[in-house]
Amino acid sequence: MIEPFDLHIYQRALVASLIIGFVNGYTSGFVLLHRSPLKLTALSHSLLPGVAIATLLVGLGVLSAFFGAVTAAVSIGVLTVLLARTTKIGDETILAVLYTGAFAVGIMVLSRIGSNQDLDDWLLGNILGLSDLDLSMSFFVGIIAVTMLSLFRRSLILNLFDSEVAASLGIRTRLLDYCSFAILILVLVTTLQAVGCILAIGLIVTPAAIVRPHITSPNLLFPLSGIVGAAGSAVGLFLSYRYDQPAGASIAATLAGIFLISVAIRALFSRA
Amino acid sequence: MALSHEHHQLDLSGVTFSYGNKMVLDGITFSTHCGERLALLGPNGAGKSTLIRILAGLLTHQGGEVSWRERGISEARREIAYLPQVDNHQRHFPIRVRDVVAMGRFPHLGHFKIFRKADREQVERAIATMHLEEIADRQIDQLSGGQQQRTYIARALAQEAHVILLDEPFNGLDIESRCHLSESLHDLSKTGHLIIASHHQLESVTEIFTHALILERKQIAYGEAAEVMNSQAVKHTLHSCHPENHDRAF
Repeated sequence: MIEPFDLHIYQRALVASLIIGFVNGYTSGFVLLHRSPLKLTALSHSLLPGVAIATLLVGLGVLSAFFGAVTAAVSIGVLTVLLARTTKIGDETILAVLYTGAFAVGIMVLSRIGSNQDLDDWLLGNILGLSDLDLSMSFFVGIIAVTMLSLFRRSLILNLFDSEVAASLGIRTRLLDYCSFAILILVLVTTLQAVGCILAIGLIVTPAAIVRPHITSPNLLFPLSGIVGAAGSAVGLFLSYRYDQPAGASIAATLAGIFLISVAIRALFSRA
Repeated sequence: MALSHEHHQLDLSGVTFSYGNKMVLDGITFSTHCGERLALLGPNGAGKSTLIRILAGLLTHQGGEVSWRERGISEARREIAYLPQVDNHQRHFPIRVRDVVAMGRFPHLGHFKIFRKADREQVERAIATMHLEEIADRQIDQLSGGQQQRTYIARALAQEAHVILLDEPFNGLDIESRCHLSESLHDLSKTGHLIIASHHQLESVTEIFTHALILERKQIAYGEAAEVMNSQAVKHTLHSCHPENHDRAF
């Protein structure tokens, strides 16, 4: 059973899947409570042109990718709000148009600066090809994300439950929202390289959806989702080796499968 | 129970607020103190919710002064609890009654302080005061409107608030829940809390509240509830606003 993990490349990929799975899982608790997976899908797609243009201008690096991603995400967000206010088109329609447009621009820029293989890596990820630096960055970003979400969990939960009450109790809700989304972007950027921008959304949404039917309090949601994210990613990686499938797709499919099992178990126990 | 902070006073003087060019509140002036139950009355758009949101610190008044215990209201966040309408919170949020009540400890704990035994005891006391023991581990979305309202009042008690601001607390409640909530508000004022609530059911004002403030952008009347509701000038205003609803509801 552990044969694939005797290989150095898989050992590295296992470490990456555990780190990225845990961090995304932990963060998915926030995404679930915020009820924003569709917006996050738009966000993850709109990161691509930012990362691509930053790579074109200053070369690929986590910092350049982060600032490129933030610039793209903020630009799309601001443009969506402006167009929604000045036209009679709904903001979700505008967001859908803008993020697919931005995604297309990203693909074109990446096609210009790299090979088709590079493009595939950005879209679908390449967890087996992560460098030591990529792993270190994932680790440090993970530490920052998990620490911040843990330290501010009390105010985050209050804000997500009822932002008006949170504001009346002295929480700076807008600042908290901005910081939370900065953390989400940071996690997404480090996830892009592992599973690509299309599958990243599965990793940052599914673990909390797996845990949600079985909990009654938000305090357990974050750590349990982190554990489920890490375990699901490791299992997905193992299955990708076993059945010779792309690792990113296998991880996303495994998490989706666990989600269906989780929902079925909950339904069975509810009837019993 | 003794009114430990009956002398704590809330003063508004010439308070104005406008959204852009539209004046919503103009020259609101009154004083009230702990132990009273004040109803904010007026037709839709009269400024009731805006006034509550100013007192809750969610909006900043543009003119006049608001002071609590002779200090600026922004310095008293811990002592003022805001209860929005019961359906204001996010639906299907995985949270128990006990967790919601514990949120009231936030002004005491901030982001980083550890939730200690004393905080837990305060939360349990609030749960017991509002008779929520049997449903303390239930999900908030499984509760009736009345039970949710009691949960939010328990959160205000866990906060150790002196002033409790409620936005249309009787909205959507059945008769039994209304009676329980009315009793709870009476009990709270007896224990020294100042209750301020927007309200639109005229027939129940004098049963529930000690004082009433009639708003229609400007302050139409303020005083003891019975006196205000019987005043000819107020009756005329209410009648001219909503003749078909007079003596029933705004």
